[in-house]
Amino acid sequence: MYSNSYKPILEIKGNLLTLMVLHLFESDNEQIAEELVKKIKKAPEFFQSAPIIIDLYAIADQADINLENIIKLLKEHGLIPVAVRSANSQQQEVALTLNLGILTNTKSANQRRNSEPEDDIPKPINSKVIQQPVRSGQQVISLDGDLVILSMVSHGAEVLAHKHIHVYGALRGRALAGVNGDIKARIFCQQLDAELLSIAGRYVVNDDLPNELRGKPVQIYLEDDSVKIEAL
Amino acid sequence: MGKIIVVTSGKGGVGKTTTSAAFATGLALRGFQTVVIDFDVGLRNLDLIMGCERRVVYDFVNVINGEGNLNQALIKDKRVDSLYILPASQTRDKEALSIKGVARVLEALKKRFEYIICDSPAGIEHGAIMAMYFADEAIITTNPEVSSVRDSDRIIGMLSSKTRRAAQNLQPVKEHLLVTRYITKRVSRGDMLSVDDIQEILAIPLLGVIPESPSVLQASNSGIPVTLDEKSNAGQAYLDAVARFLGEEPTSKKSGFLNRLFGK
Repeated sequence: MYSNSYKPILEIKGNLLTLMVLHLFESDNEQIAEELVKKIKKAPEFFQSAPIIIDLYAIADQADINLENIIKLLKEHGLIPVAVRSANSQQQEVALTLNLGILTNTKSANQRRNSEPEDDIPKPINSKVIQQPVRSGQQVISLDGDLVILSMVSHGAEVLAHKHIHVYGALRGRALAGVNGDIKARIFCQQLDAELLSIAGRYVVNDDLPNELRGKPVQIYLEDDSVKIEAL
Repeated sequence: MGKIIVVTSGKGGVGKTTTSAAFATGLALRGFQTVVIDFDVGLRNLDLIMGCERRVVYDFVNVINGEGNLNQALIKDKRVDSLYILPASQTRDKEALSIKGVARVLEALKKRFEYIICDSPAGIEHGAIMAMYFADEAIITTNPEVSSVRDSDRIIGMLSSKTRRAAQNLQPVKEHLLVTRYITKRVSRGDMLSVDDIQEILAIPLLGVIPESPSVLQASNSGIPVTLDEKSNAGQAYLDAVARFLGEEPTSKKSGFLNRLFGK
């Protein structure tokens, strides 16, 4: 009878670990070598003796990949390749002869070349149209496209847009166009008496407004990094 | 069902309570069942202006808290038959007004009265929001000076965003501009904003212009709504505003004031 004193000699357990994965998008050895050196230079210590997996998903259909060279390259830079992932049968054979483990493909296609846009359809730009007056204390923001206000903007009100701002009434409050840094954004208004006008962070306050343009229809835009106000 | 009208302004001292008292009395004089509610909890004044301060037993907050019923709290005006006052509590603060409590009281009043006038406290905080929350129409009381006009603009913005009608996507609160303490002489001298200036900034329909008048202070101090003072031009202007509110063209002899203003 085995006594309680039995001590296991070994144990095999599954474990989830964090491992570095090298995703290859090109099979050209020279290009790979060049890029690899760049990456490793950023943190050479971090890569020393680190186990790494080579993911071949993106180039599974390319026959000319020289796995042997890549492994040599990694070892030269102190990395220890341990396995390949998503290899085709030919690549798997090569990997086995190089004493590398084989991991099956677990990732879906979104790993494929993450520099590639996911779809080619551009998102529609949503402008905002406001029919009512924007009153003191109110704030209207158009996060996407233009902001069109068919009425007035009162003293103490604030209107902001990532693109242009159009005010088809008196502009007496604050108007900030191109708030995301779009230096091409403009502000248009029927009657200028704004507290503050800003394009991409460059601004003028009411005191700076030219008197001859007060109450007039104007456009405001950036020229040589300064705010220009021009009669329409 | 009765209509709820809030008298509001944002700024203090522009004449909200005077207007509430005068307007409610004007509507009651036309025979409408009218009640005027003081929402200025803690700074109760309406009862003084209406001259019923010595008859307050239960108040608005008592009714909300169920400490007294509505009939006990409503004070019947001694001069005009169909006019009632619901006074505010002087010992509590605005937080005593809960949305549910106010809704319950207003629902009950709507069944009994044709017009419910809510006299809003100054400011844009809880008390003012409670006064405007259930309103169907709003009288925005504005003095001809820039800070009052700007505060009115702020309040108009809140009427279109912070009320029940806004929350439930109903027809927006109908807004009326009432310019008070107007001195034509000072306007023509250029040291007071004109009605046109105010309208250009606020862009809401004008209900009336109340001239600055010593009779207003006199009426307030003696607890008589100014609309009951037949000799007062301010009282007359309020009656004209009531007529306009009811969709009539004012016919009084003294309505020449507005006509002069607009050069008709």
